[in-house]
Amino acid sequence: MSPTSPEASAKKQITVPVMADLAARNESPEILFWVGCAGAFDDRYKRVTRAFVRILDHVGVKYAVLGLEESCTGDPAKRAGNEFLFQMQAMQNITTMNGYGIKKIVTACPHCFNTIKNEYPALGGDYEVIHHSTYLQQLINEGKVGVTGGESFKGRRITFHDSCYLGRANNIYEAPREVLAALDADLVEMKRSRANGLCCGAGGAQMWKEPEPGKKDINIERTEEALATLSGAAAALQNLGGVETETDAPSQHSLQGSIIAVSCPFCMTMMSDGVKNKEQENAVQVFDLAELVASAEGINA
Amino acid sequence: MLQSILFLLLLVAAFGLFAWQVRKIWANIHVGRERDMSGHPAERFRKMMLVAFGQQKMFKRLTPALLHLVVYVGFLVINIEVIEIVIDGLFGNIFGFHRSLKFLGPMYDVLMATNEILAALVILAVAAFWWRRNRSQPVKRFTGVELRAWPKLDANVILYIEVILMVALFFMNTADLKMHQMLGEEMPGTFPISSLLVGLLPSDAGTLHVLERIGWWAHITGIFLFLNYLPSSKHFHIIISFPNVWYSRLVPQGQFSNVESITHEVKAMMDPSYVVPPAPTAPDGSALAPTSFGAKDVEDLPWTNLMNAYSCTECGRCTSVCPANLTGKLLSPRKIIMDTRDRMEEKYESPLIFRPNQYGAEAKHEPVTDLMEATLLRGKVTPEELWACTTCNACVESCPVNINPLESIIEMRRFLVLEESAAPNSLNVMFSNIENNGAPWAFSPSDRFNWADDLFAAEKPAKAAVA
Repeated sequence: MSPTSPEASAKKQITVPVMADLAARNESPEILFWVGCAGAFDDRYKRVTRAFVRILDHVGVKYAVLGLEESCTGDPAKRAGNEFLFQMQAMQNITTMNGYGIKKIVTACPHCFNTIKNEYPALGGDYEVIHHSTYLQQLINEGKVGVTGGESFKGRRITFHDSCYLGRANNIYEAPREVLAALDADLVEMKRSRANGLCCGAGGAQMWKEPEPGKKDINIERTEEALATLSGAAAALQNLGGVETETDAPSQHSLQGSIIAVSCPFCMTMMSDGVKNKEQENAVQVFDLAELVASAEGINA
Repeated sequence: MLQSILFLLLLVAAFGLFAWQVRKIWANIHVGRERDMSGHPAERFRKMMLVAFGQQKMFKRLTPALLHLVVYVGFLVINIEVIEIVIDGLFGNIFGFHRSLKFLGPMYDVLMATNEILAALVILAVAAFWWRRNRSQPVKRFTGVELRAWPKLDANVILYIEVILMVALFFMNTADLKMHQMLGEEMPGTFPISSLLVGLLPSDAGTLHVLERIGWWAHITGIFLFLNYLPSSKHFHIIISFPNVWYSRLVPQGQFSNVESITHEVKAMMDPSYVVPPAPTAPDGSALAPTSFGAKDVEDLPWTNLMNAYSCTECGRCTSVCPANLTGKLLSPRKIIMDTRDRMEEKYESPLIFRPNQYGAEAKHEPVTDLMEATLLRGKVTPEELWACTTCNACVESCPVNINPLESIIEMRRFLVLEESAAPNSLNVMFSNIENNGAPWAFSPSDRFNWADDLFAAEKPAKAAVA
């Protein structure tokens, strides 16, 4: 994606506000941006974090991050059965956030979102938590982001891969689709979507381990479905209930320039790896919603 | 008179035996851990009416949903006639009446006609069900290691019994109708299917009377036998799926249960002044044996997960959408639920027919010799199955009766990690990364904020809110 649009020649540096500094000045943010470990450390997802911060900065909302005070929510520990480690992490984060009087949190990670929203209240952490797809949808609906002035996605083929922890776990299916619809792109749905969406294969702490012996990796199964959907050959997919998703059916569309949209750092890794495995990385790109919005808005630099 | 006494004895025996069997299931479910599922009656009722009574989730797949709807409606409506059969059986012979509901008049015509049409449709639907399971390439979800031997036979036995019951109903009605015709009497009710079949029966009033009695007794005896077959069968779902849906979780599917005993420990660690509430005691005030973290065996699972096991129809929707199973891993959510039921009946009470699945090398189990040692975890469910789960909730979403295999998987993972430290090595590395770095990867915590370095944006005036 070209990062700049013609008129956006001037650029400014963003100094990301840190919660400790705000507290020292006796200020409180309207919203806390929970970055998450992938958003802070994973090179690919750091680009999503930066895109989202550009949007926050652009709309002028008073936000802050915890910076070095943020720690893993404990999601992977909890899914893997290590309840003790999870609760240690959770209590530590809750102590930090309650100390700052945090009320409202936005995060670009569905796993952090689910954990803080659903599992922190039992441990004393009650916050209004929203996922960035919902937040972006609100910004677009309120007209604060026009998704104009930057790169045009008109006519580009985009398919959205549902994250399990956004979709089935929390019933958020429409917000990411409405964000994509605002791009005026050519949205195509995979056969397994929304509540029937197929996992990318990384949830439940799978991200940190090798898969068990099987016939195929889950991300390959899902990438094949995404590619077949983008190329228009998906109608010929014979058996979505097995491991024979690959199709020889002729493509109706060139894959060139088409996009797999994701809203989760782990889905991002799994789908990107899948596209590379299928040797389509020069044709198909995997982007997070925040990257697409920042790009369309022309605020990347 | 003799027939009435016989019928009364049969009725009492059938319901007595059924109650005795249900008590066993009740007891098995109650070996599970306590879990408070009270409250929210309006929401629970709504859910039960939609999902259990209304079969909402079945309609994710149209063909089986329609076939199932026919059998389900047939069961509900034809059972109205069973009320009549019971009244006739108890009192008809004594007071000399027959078809006691005929006072309903035109309503009775409608009822009998509906019954006959539904019964015919049930036979067709059951034939389709049989074909889906028994053709050379069955519907994929009716295959799998857990669907051999007893579960496979059970599925067919249910279909055969349903056909026999429907045939007996037609036999009874046709013989009755023809007998009335031959005697020149008016037959109460309208029988669209039986009136087509009268030519098949002999034209002798005495024989017809005997045939009608045979059909009548076969139908009601069949129903009583079927009733007592239910507790041994996946078909028990026709009863228990209602309470199962009533007691389903009302929180978001992504929310995993909190382990409160750990919360007390962690709070005490972080704040030395925290007072840990006293451990629960037995009703007589004595201390209870400390419970383990997570689940090794059925009694470690919450009772709702045990009720889940008795609600399972082994339809395999969960396994057919499981990403791990789809890509050839050992995990099958259905197997975990079926193993739970087998294990309960193996260790505690068992119904009349008890044939637990025995898995051989294909499920990577050692042949189990000592059944009592074969705990749910390891004895039936292997760690390899549990670690293949992505916790994606596809199984939970797909279950037509709101069974939650994911909860059982997580409980067993908790036991593996917290009691046995038996997580895969790579996960232990992830755990220590979180402990040491506050992130699941081996990054230095001091680099956590590096993403914000040299962050630039293109200048663009912010838009004022339109709203």
